[in-house]
Amino acid sequence: MHHIYCPYCEEMREEEEYSYTGEAHIERPKDPAAISDDAWADYIFFRSNPRGIHHEMWYHAAGCRRYFNATRDTQSYKVHETYKMGEMPTITAATIAAAAASEQGDAS
Amino acid sequence: MSQVNRLASGGRIDRSKPMSFTFNGKTYQGFDGDTLASAMLANGVGIVGRSFKYSRARGILGHGAEEPNALMQLHKGKETIPNPRATQVELFDGLTATSTNGWPSAEFDLMSLMGKIGGMMMPPGFYYKTFMAPQKMWMTYEKFIRKAAGFGKLSLEADPDTYDKINAHCDVMVVGAGPAGLAAALEAGRSGKRVIIVDEQNEFGGTLLASTQTVDGIDAAAWAEQATSDLKGMDNVLVMPRTTAFGYYDHNFVVALERRTDHIGPVAETGTRQRLHRIRAHQVILATGAIERPLVFGNNDLPGIMLSNSVSTYINRYAVVPGQRCVVMTTNDSGYQTALDIQAAGRTVVAVVDSRHTPDGRLVQAAKAAGIQVMAGSGIIEALGSKHVTGAIVAPLDEAGDNVVGAGKTLSCDLIAVAGGWSPVVHLSCHTGSRPVWKDDVAGFIPGPTIQNQHLAGAVTGEYLLSEALNSGAQAGATASDTTSAQTFDCGDESTGASQALYLVPHTKPISRAPKQFVDFQNDVTAAGIELAAREGFQSIEHVKRYTAMGFGTDQGKTGNINGMAIVAKTMNKSIAETGTTIFRPAYTPVTFGAIGGRDVGELLDPARHTAMHPWHLANGAEFENVGQWKRPWYFPQAGETMQQALNRECLAVRNSVGMLDASTLGKIDIQGKDAREFLNRVYTNAWTKLAPGKCRYGLMLKEDGMIFDDGVTACLSDSHFLMTTTSGGAAAVLGWLELWHQTEWPDMEVYFTSVTDQWATCSFAGPNSRKVLEKLCTDVDLSADAMKFMDWREGTVAGIKARIFRISFTGELSFEVNVPADQGHYMWKKLMEAGEEFGITPYGTESMHVLRAEKGFIIAGQDTDGSMTPYDCLMGWAVGKTKEFSFLGERSFSRPDTARTDRKQLVGLKPKDPTVVIPEGAQIVMDPNQPIPMDMMGHVTSSYWSECLGHGIAMGTVKGGSDRMGETVYCPLADGRVLAAEICSPVFYDPKGDHHND
Repeated sequence: MHHIYCPYCEEMREEEEYSYTGEAHIERPKDPAAISDDAWADYIFFRSNPRGIHHEMWYHAAGCRRYFNATRDTQSYKVHETYKMGEMPTITAATIAAAAASEQGDAS
Repeated sequence: MSQVNRLASGGRIDRSKPMSFTFNGKTYQGFDGDTLASAMLANGVGIVGRSFKYSRARGILGHGAEEPNALMQLHKGKETIPNPRATQVELFDGLTATSTNGWPSAEFDLMSLMGKIGGMMMPPGFYYKTFMAPQKMWMTYEKFIRKAAGFGKLSLEADPDTYDKINAHCDVMVVGAGPAGLAAALEAGRSGKRVIIVDEQNEFGGTLLASTQTVDGIDAAAWAEQATSDLKGMDNVLVMPRTTAFGYYDHNFVVALERRTDHIGPVAETGTRQRLHRIRAHQVILATGAIERPLVFGNNDLPGIMLSNSVSTYINRYAVVPGQRCVVMTTNDSGYQTALDIQAAGRTVVAVVDSRHTPDGRLVQAAKAAGIQVMAGSGIIEALGSKHVTGAIVAPLDEAGDNVVGAGKTLSCDLIAVAGGWSPVVHLSCHTGSRPVWKDDVAGFIPGPTIQNQHLAGAVTGEYLLSEALNSGAQAGATASDTTSAQTFDCGDESTGASQALYLVPHTKPISRAPKQFVDFQNDVTAAGIELAAREGFQSIEHVKRYTAMGFGTDQGKTGNINGMAIVAKTMNKSIAETGTTIFRPAYTPVTFGAIGGRDVGELLDPARHTAMHPWHLANGAEFENVGQWKRPWYFPQAGETMQQALNRECLAVRNSVGMLDASTLGKIDIQGKDAREFLNRVYTNAWTKLAPGKCRYGLMLKEDGMIFDDGVTACLSDSHFLMTTTSGGAAAVLGWLELWHQTEWPDMEVYFTSVTDQWATCSFAGPNSRKVLEKLCTDVDLSADAMKFMDWREGTVAGIKARIFRISFTGELSFEVNVPADQGHYMWKKLMEAGEEFGITPYGTESMHVLRAEKGFIIAGQDTDGSMTPYDCLMGWAVGKTKEFSFLGERSFSRPDTARTDRKQLVGLKPKDPTVVIPEGAQIVMDPNQPIPMDMMGHVTSSYWSECLGHGIAMGTVKGGSDRMGETVYCPLADGRVLAAEICSPVFYDPKGDHHND
């Protein structure tokens, strides 16, 4: 069972208090009538499914009832960070790869 | 029978407290402090059961959780427990135990004949190969296989015990209270951190309790007692013996089972029997130790063949020597300690058989100095005996231990102690997905890398010396507590010779012909079976495991897995590191479901939600149905009525006079803010811009794919205040949906949502006389047809209580709903019943409600829709706003090719050709009932009832292109062979013009 930091309550709380609500940073098309059927279907039905870093939404259903974002590794289940709705992640697959590369660079 | 194997003195048992117990009907004596296993061994009990597949006689192998053979059926009747290991059952006076298999008894088992004769026909995977044909005989075979195999039995009665659960948080969780765990907890405790330390045994100390070593000059067991006492004296340390940490979950969440009364009796006399501890720890220290391996050789499963350190433990801790003449077989120095312990207990060590050619460590010297014969460079290739070991064939081996290089010699003995090396107990470290890592210098797997805040201490890392365990424990405790220095310990000279990595002792015959060499005792997996699996092409260790069932038992292969993996590796010419290991899931040892259920059983399994009127419904004979967690009256039968009779009466009462329904369970969401109106426009299909205060509108809510997900009537209280209703089951989901869109997509809109479902009670009454009933109780609102129109709402006083009155209808009759604060709901209901008495007001439940709305063709979201129906599919295009400025949720999907198809499944009414028939809900609809199977399925029946008002069965359903098929006949073929015919018609069966609710 995950232990997750709610950025609004500012506390670590048990996973039981939350509800996972899917991939984060998906913006509703501003003008649905103007986009193609394929693009609209992509928005409704398709989600990324990475092995590794995933940015996702969690809902503090049994707490403050706010939605927030989390950067979580789908393989190790490590929660790298949680951040408020509307903010962007500071940790991404790219930053982790860069950090690993520079560590290797240091070691060699 | 006397305790023939009990030593006159010594051990940690309390001889002043003798106890009686029975095993397989015979009565024996033991002492307080015994396990069932130590007491059985004290009494010379040899056969404890029969093996899983071959029904071979089996005895006790070990002394703890690793025991694969001694599975017991404990206690009787509803208190019975299947399959606890005798080695982990604490003895109490009056305990009863039986073997879990063996017919007619474990001693004389007829199935073993089958095992001897049929063994050849039962290689691994035989159940995939035999019993395949004829296919229809499988269920017959299965019955016999099930009877022949398996272990204990469950009682079919309710568990008489109660269990509970408790949550805990700590800084440092220490799993295991052997030397490493104790040292770690002392260090962490002294630093002031909050510590929880658990151990599966009744006493802390682990190996210290049977050790003849010293710690800083103090006897090992005495040191353990002092350490335990010190820990108990620290306020910040929680000490929990008899507590198994059986699961280690993400982010340092450890779940442990505390056995509170199992050692006292079959049932807890007061309080709970077991408690589940759910522990969130900042740091976890795994000090789980190591388990000794047996060796794989011919007939190595005979009773009287035991793990070497288990023999030492029985001698030193329980004062039991399980034999008179012992042969020790070892690949390392550990076996020599057992030889010395046996000799000190006054029994004969026939020889120590050591696979190493030149062993010369400290313990080897000590054994030789004590006059014990050492046969180096040799191995036991076969054990002799039928129901108990009577001898061992010892033969010289080459340096690598691969081949027998000389003639065998038979030693007579009644006990073989086997020291095959040590396997770290890595299980908990695997539970979150970390894979153990093979270390050649340890000849074992140790825990692998992990993201958990986890530390390791002692034998679990392959450090087997006592001083190493204590020192690494202290170090781990210090690291976990952020302190720098750690205590160190002195245990004297612990120098040890190198071990040999040997797993399978060769025989003169090839593996496939030699007497069975057991790898996994609990599942009867032999070396030959593993070789066969590899020959049949199973290369991955995961496949070999599943094909042979190695490691599948309740012991999770604690004594067998490593030997099995070594044999797989050898067969495939790979190293063990390359072959890898399977990993482990919780639970480390079996956990009863009672403990997992805790208090959340019976009436507490799920919360039951009651409306304010619940006591009235109970008192008036309501039958209830579950709608989500709500208990809703289903129907109100009067004396002698069948359900159908009650429904007929209720429905007629509504259509002819007046009936009342408790509608409090429908979701109610209070929506406020200057942007509330615009928000509704975006989440509903219809237009809300012009809805004036005092008016209501039916709203349809879609997901972005255009499919209906919920519906309800929403009232305008003011320009910035609305009251939304939802379906009873959908309330929470709708609130989450509204919040989702507001918080993640439109945060600039000023709108607030509050759930008020529980705050308002709703009396919904319908029928031609409904207005007359209300007029008796409400005089400050003009309720006449012109003043209060259909879909109006007013605030007024009803029966002296401030109320909201809505004129809305789900039945098609003139209908009102009165909302009052919930704590006045019961009172309001009673007043309305009183006022309605002269009109024969009839309470009705959800079933009649379903019938009445179906007669009017109103859908129920979730019954007639399943997430795949658009508003158009449900004939509700009228509810879709065509000129709304904002592209509301779901709108764009209407023009998707699939959503715009004309042959989509559409809502229709279905009138059975035989008017007396009610078509079962869910029935599939076809055009031609005589077509070949598989038939073209055109749709299905979603709602179906007997309509007393109309005098015939009615139904609603979905049919492909149904709107264009009015008048066509369709057919519902049922599983019982009947075919019911129906005519497609409008779903509005009753009062199609809507005259009634417009009165």
